[in-house]
Amino acid sequence: MSKKDRSAGSAPKIKLKKGIIRRVVATVFKCYPVRTTIALVCLIVNAAVMAIPSIFMQRIIALVEDSYKTGNWEAVKVPILTTAFTLAGIYVISVASSFTFYRLMAVITQGTLKTLRCEMFSKMESLPLSFFDTNTDGDIMSRYTNDTDTLRELISECLPQIMISGIVVSVLMGIMLYFSVWLTLVVVVGVAAMFFVTKKIGGLSARHFVGQQKIIGKEEGFVEEMMHGQRVIKVFNHEQAAIDDFNKVNEELFRESERANSYGNVLAPILNNIGNVLYVIIAFAAGVFMISDLENISFSGLAFSISVVVPFLNMAKQFAGNINRVSHQITTMVMGLAGADRIFTLIDTESEKDNGYVTLVNAEYDENGEIREASERTGIWAWKHPHSADGTVTYTELKGDVRLFDVDFEYVPGKRVLTGISLYAKPGQKVAFVGATGAGKTTITNLINRFYDIADGKIRYDGININKIRKSDLRRSLGIVLQDTNLFTGTVMDNIRYGKLDATDEECIAAAKLTGADEFIEKLPDGYLTEIKGGGASLSQGQRQLISIARAAVANPPVMILDEATSSIDTRTEAIVQRGMDALMQGRTVFVIAHRLSTVKNANVIIVLDHGKIIERGSHEELIAAKGQYYSLYTGAFELE
Amino acid sequence: MFKKLLKSLKGYRLPAFLTPAAIAVEVVLECIIPFVTADLVTEIENGCTLDVIVRYGLILIAMAVVSLAAGAVAGKTCSVAVAGFAKNLRRDIFARIQSFSFENIDRFSTSSLVTRLTTDVSFVTMAFGMIIRVAVRSPFMLVFAFSMAFIMGGKMAWIFVALIPFLGVGLGLVIMKAMPVFRKVFKKYDALNESVQENVKAIRVVKSFVREDYEKQKFDKASDDVRKDFTKAERILAFNNPLMQVCLHINMVFVMTFGSYLVVSSTGSALKVPQLSALLTYSFMILNSLMMISMIFVMLTLSLESCRRVTEVLDEVPTITSPENGVTEIADGSVEFDHVTFRYTGNEKVDALKDINLKIPSGATVGIIGSTGSSKSTLVQLISRLYDVSEGSVKVGGRDVREYDLKALRDGVAVVLQKNILFSGTIKENLRWGNADATDEEIVEAAKLARADEFVTQRPEGYDTYIEQGGVNVSGGQKQRLCIARALLKKPKVLILDDSTSAVDTRTDAMIRKSMREYIPSTTKIIIAQRTASVEDADFIVVMDNGRIDAVGSHAELMESNEIYRDIYISQNKAGASDNE
Repeated sequence: MSKKDRSAGSAPKIKLKKGIIRRVVATVFKCYPVRTTIALVCLIVNAAVMAIPSIFMQRIIALVEDSYKTGNWEAVKVPILTTAFTLAGIYVISVASSFTFYRLMAVITQGTLKTLRCEMFSKMESLPLSFFDTNTDGDIMSRYTNDTDTLRELISECLPQIMISGIVVSVLMGIMLYFSVWLTLVVVVGVAAMFFVTKKIGGLSARHFVGQQKIIGKEEGFVEEMMHGQRVIKVFNHEQAAIDDFNKVNEELFRESERANSYGNVLAPILNNIGNVLYVIIAFAAGVFMISDLENISFSGLAFSISVVVPFLNMAKQFAGNINRVSHQITTMVMGLAGADRIFTLIDTESEKDNGYVTLVNAEYDENGEIREASERTGIWAWKHPHSADGTVTYTELKGDVRLFDVDFEYVPGKRVLTGISLYAKPGQKVAFVGATGAGKTTITNLINRFYDIADGKIRYDGININKIRKSDLRRSLGIVLQDTNLFTGTVMDNIRYGKLDATDEECIAAAKLTGADEFIEKLPDGYLTEIKGGGASLSQGQRQLISIARAAVANPPVMILDEATSSIDTRTEAIVQRGMDALMQGRTVFVIAHRLSTVKNANVIIVLDHGKIIERGSHEELIAAKGQYYSLYTGAFELE
Repeated sequence: MFKKLLKSLKGYRLPAFLTPAAIAVEVVLECIIPFVTADLVTEIENGCTLDVIVRYGLILIAMAVVSLAAGAVAGKTCSVAVAGFAKNLRRDIFARIQSFSFENIDRFSTSSLVTRLTTDVSFVTMAFGMIIRVAVRSPFMLVFAFSMAFIMGGKMAWIFVALIPFLGVGLGLVIMKAMPVFRKVFKKYDALNESVQENVKAIRVVKSFVREDYEKQKFDKASDDVRKDFTKAERILAFNNPLMQVCLHINMVFVMTFGSYLVVSSTGSALKVPQLSALLTYSFMILNSLMMISMIFVMLTLSLESCRRVTEVLDEVPTITSPENGVTEIADGSVEFDHVTFRYTGNEKVDALKDINLKIPSGATVGIIGSTGSSKSTLVQLISRLYDVSEGSVKVGGRDVREYDLKALRDGVAVVLQKNILFSGTIKENLRWGNADATDEEIVEAAKLARADEFVTQRPEGYDTYIEQGGVNVSGGQKQRLCIARALLKKPKVLILDDSTSAVDTRTDAMIRKSMREYIPSTTKIIIAQRTASVEDADFIVVMDNGRIDAVGSHAELMESNEIYRDIYISQNKAGASDNE
């Protein structure tokens, strides 16, 4: 905990990149150009109508004012009713536009979110692995959850509200000037006060909300760790200590969230009552003006009268109300823009580059024994290699010959992970990597399938530089069984079929039988149709591994990379898994990352790695005879892990 | 359910009650202010003197000040009450989880506990905040504004009697239609996010099998499904605002026409001009309250599920508690199983352990071996009361484990769990879990015993090396050795190693066993292992099969007489007698 504690103290200053709002709006427009335009028109109409009743009111009150002392309704009936019904007519338009607006916004908001979600996902799938190394799962996930949610509020509530209020306020301003410049000046002073307060308190509130967000992240991390370690806590009687630690984070969260909300909550009554005071001041000013017979300056030329003052008072109230409403949106806006920023950052991240032009095609041999491209699946594959120099195309059969020449690699510039690695695997040969954690075993396999690109040296696949091969085709020609088996939600059958999407049920079952997974799958409640949830939490480690082996088997590639599981599985299951792996290795070029020496012995060559360098190589017998590092490992003097 | 939740309000009751009280004051003033301003305007209309205006103005400003004060108090107390309630609730849930036994933990998954402590708590407290602020404010305002409208407008106010049910029914219908759609789509939304998570975790698999496009299509379809449902729900909700507008507009037109008629026909005695606008203010207040009430209703309904999930944790009774005045001294490290039968809750039909009888003398080294599912771990977990026996009894130091003070028992019986975990913090901090007061010398000594000292001192920061969350920056074997050292620091009477050296090489494994034999001879050592090599030199070995003890004996005896043991031995050594695996 100690290291990470310091960061969260007082609320941070908010920094938002410029142009995010523009980009959000542009995205919305791009998704729904027509609908958004219509919605915008509806919004303007609706907002304008919200502001104009004052004019009608002024008319009617003027009429009433003139006539009420006479008590003669008939005299004013017609003009009053006409005015009122004109207003009613306008109202019908406004309701219609408001209805259209909200209905459209439902479509626009959700559609835009969907587009962004898919864009993010699509981009995410194309990102290089280094992205996933440097960003935590939780961080990536929150873009789909929290950030998308805040963006939804921004698009559907915050921005429209700000626009509506903006329009209402401008129209009101116009009408107020129309009625009286003097009174408008009073309003402007009041509004300036409101702006000032909003900026101060609203800004503080938003800052603390962002701070709160940070501590929430910290608290969630803590909770997650503690819940995972709950059993260890019990075993060590550490309950009280855990509670004490939690209370510290909890107290911090309490303080920040209390502050954030206090500012937010207090802002509303302050603005509200500035509005009330403003109302009083206007009434007072109007009274003074009327009594002192000050000449009214206005665009309408109307003199001060009750028919001006009453609607003016209402407008002042409406004016204040709208500013109040906008102030409510500040926090949402800040959080929404921060969310949008993170979403756009993901979308803007550069994809994995692929300049490969050598592709994998179905092939067949013609009568002369020459290989050529085939139009349908033949079981034979070839690398199609177009040469830009002379425009010719050559075909090389896919065999699974992999060679590394003086390969250097670094994840972070300057931090060499692999140095001068040279090795070869002829078709059907088995190469085993042995070495301590961090020696570079997994890294080598990550270079062969181009999860990462080498810094120097060369890797050739069937004699072709792998940089020239299209990544998807290269990876299709390589099978992989990882240490952490990741299964997907779906049936067992779906998971096996993942290796080859057009595989029939029979093919999948055959693969399962080949690798020894069939036995336990048949015993599952629904056999091959058993649903896998939560990454296969209900299956044992060995069972998950067997499914992932079957998955690789159905893909049937000429080259396999196998990363053995380190976690303990019982001897019987281990034997079955081992048999499955052996079956998979038959007739393929295999790279094994070995964690148990028993699997290594029958390899054609064993490569012993230490700190990114090959320190020994040879067959089991040769290496034992050499009495070097491998010998010490083998006799148990060192840990493999 | 709510009673249970509200217990966590302790310490924040005062602000929780002050909030609605202050809000009530605010609402009353908000409703009176238009009334008074209407009077003021009437006075101005009648050409009053300036001091009348000043008098009214002062009254109004005083009211605004009081209203502001009330509002500020409400805002402050509300945020204190809500944040405090949230804090207490989290604290209570966390403390409750700490009191859980393994059996309780089994019932909740880790991720569901995390969600309950985070997302669910925030939903519950948000609902709580809504209740103490808006749920008091809106009905109160509705009633008060309605009364004021009646006092002022008389007959005019009847329009509300017509409008309120109209809006109420309309909003009710919208909610009734939209809620089921929302409930359904939230589930789909969760599933969608789970699939993203799955993809993030499995990105290497996706890329190795070149399934990016396939995953994209899957995601596109799922997210389009979510989009459709959300759109549907929101399109229903889109009726809310226009409905509200219709009511406001009807009211406006009505007040303007019928109001004008009243003013004119009664020559200003039944209704005055300034009151017209006050009536409009009230109508806005009334209708807006209705709208808010409908929104609260939606929020509360949505948060009910979270309330239930939080209460479920708070209601969970720990199945194992420390006895009162429990024995705190453990005489020695002897362990005895006396006709022990054990069944897991939820799987009562199967005896996980059946009629186990076993005596382990203090200071002995015992190996336990058997295939997965033979209940080896279950057996040892009974010793420190991580679970309680279903029948029979387990004795440590000659006493039933249920007689001991739980803390004393668990300090005396140290278990190194199979699925072990280091916490984020330095190595030293992690080791101190075993004994918070351990000196640096003691720590080094324990680490040496567990053969961890060597690799720890090789690191530049030594014992101050920071372990990342989940222990990702140490290897499996290193982690296991640190976990053993951590348990050794307890200086236990009984030490249980549940498959704790599986990633440690055989030589180190043997050295750890050797040093334990030499340095802690009086501690009873119980070792569960997958490999016979790890238990060969034990005083005796227990072979488990399917919840029963199949045989007990030394390595030589078992090789002679026990088929299971012999099979395991052979399967591990068949590759060649020299294979040390």
